[in-house]
Amino acid sequence: MGGHLNINHLMFLGQGALWTIGLSMIALIGGGIVGFVIALARISPLKSVRIASAVYVQLVQGTPLLVILFLGYFGLAAIGLKVSPLAAAGASLTLYVAAYLGEIWRGCIESVPKPQWEAAEGLALSRTQRMMKVILPQAIRIATPPTVGFMVQIIKNTSLASVVGFVELMRSGQIVNNSLFEPFAIYAIIAATYFAMCYPLSLFSQRLERRMGYGRSNLAPA
Amino acid sequence: MQQNALSSEPIVSLRDVQKSFGPLRVLDGVSFAVERGEVLALIGRSGSGKSTALRCIDRFEKVDGGEIVVCGHRVDRPDVDLRALRQDVGIVFQSYNLFPHLTIEQNITLAPCAVKGLTASQAKDLARKVLAQVGLEEKLHAYPEQLSGGQQQRAAIARSLAMQPKVMLFDEVTSALDPELTGEVLKVIEQLAADGMTMVMVTHEMGFAKGIADRIVFMHRGKVHETGPASILTSPVTPELMQFVGTGNLKS
Repeated sequence: MGGHLNINHLMFLGQGALWTIGLSMIALIGGGIVGFVIALARISPLKSVRIASAVYVQLVQGTPLLVILFLGYFGLAAIGLKVSPLAAAGASLTLYVAAYLGEIWRGCIESVPKPQWEAAEGLALSRTQRMMKVILPQAIRIATPPTVGFMVQIIKNTSLASVVGFVELMRSGQIVNNSLFEPFAIYAIIAATYFAMCYPLSLFSQRLERRMGYGRSNLAPA
Repeated sequence: MQQNALSSEPIVSLRDVQKSFGPLRVLDGVSFAVERGEVLALIGRSGSGKSTALRCIDRFEKVDGGEIVVCGHRVDRPDVDLRALRQDVGIVFQSYNLFPHLTIEQNITLAPCAVKGLTASQAKDLARKVLAQVGLEEKLHAYPEQLSGGQQQRAAIARSLAMQPKVMLFDEVTSALDPELTGEVLKVIEQLAADGMTMVMVTHEMGFAKGIADRIVFMHRGKVHETGPASILTSPVTPELMQFVGTGNLKS
C-alpha cells in the first residue's frame, strides 16, 4: 500500500486504455452491423418490421446505458446465465450503439432526395439494386461525419463498463488509486488519456463535416 | 411519324382513370391513347392533373379506378410487373435526377448492366452511342455537378434511352432550365421524335408542343377538356383552352 506512481502503474493504466479501445471497437463493429440491420428495418416496406425496429430503438434510447450493463451482467447471472464482464459489456454496448447508429443511418438514408429513388425505380432497378448502387453510396457520404462524431460518445461510454468489473481505463484507474490514494493525479491521467483518444476523432469529424458542406452541392436537387 | 402496321394496339392507353389525393380529386375520368410513334403533349394549368396523369403511366402513382395499359402491361392492376413495365417505359424528370456519385458513363451503364445483364464493354459502347445522340460524347467521364443544367438533362435523356424504351415520358423537362438552355434539350427531343420514338410529354413550352406534337391533350380540373391535333392551339374550341393559350406560355 502507498508508495508513488511508477512505471508499473502506468503500464497497468496503459493496458486498461488498450481494453477501452478494444471494447470501443467491439461496440462499434457489433453495433455497426446490428445498427445497419436496424436502419434497413426502420425503412422496410413491411409495417411489422418497421414497428418492431422502432420499438427496439425507443426501448434502448429510453434506458440508461448503466441499467443495460447491469441487466446484461447481474440480471443474466440472476437467471442462471453466467457471462464474463467482457461478454456482458460487449453485448450491452452493441445493443446500445445499434439503436443509436440505426437511427442516425436511417436519417441519412432518408435524406437522400426522393427523386433519386424515383429515378432508380424508373430505370427498372430492383429494390436491392436501388439501395446498393444508388442510395447507400450517397447515404454513406452523409453518414460519415455524424458516425465518427458518435464514436467519441462510444469511447467515453465504455467507462461505464467498469461497474461490471471489466478492467478498462476507468477501472484500472480505480484499482491503481486504491493502492496509491492519489485520486487527483490518477484521474487527471485518466481524463487526459480519454481526451487523447477522443479529440483526434472529434477533429476528424469536424473536418469531414466541413468537406461534406462543400460536397453537398453534389446532391441532386430535391 | 412512322406508323407501325404490325400492331394496332396503342402503346399507352388510359380509360376513365380516377385518382384522388385525400379529398382532392386530381384525375376525374381521364382517357387518352398514344399510338406507336406518336408524340402526345399534355398541357394545362398547374394543378390540372397533367403531371399526375403522366406519373400514373409509369406507376409512380397508383390509380383509384379506371384502366391503364402500357405496352401490354395492366398498370392499374396491383400485380403489375413493375420492373418489366419500367424496362418498356423511359421517364425523364424536371430535376434531371442524375446520380451525383456516378460519372455520366456510370449513370448510363448502371441499369443496362444491372437490369439487362449487359457486359461492361457492351454497356460502354451503348453509353457512347446514346451520348452521341444527345451531343455529349465528350462528357463521358464527367460528374453531373460539372455539367450545366441543359447538359444534365440531355445526359438524363441519354440514360433513359440506353434502356431502349418503347415509350418515353417527359415530365416538364425544361421547366428547371434557364431559357437559353431549354433550346438544346428541346432539339434533342425533336430529334427523338423524328427518329420515331413514341413520347408523352408534359410541357409548358407551347411553341414547342405545337411544332412537335401529333396530338395535344388539354387538361382542366382533372379532366381531358379538349384534345386534337396541334392546330387546336391556334384555333381552340373551349373557352378554357382559349384563355390558356391566350395568356401565352404559362409557367407553373
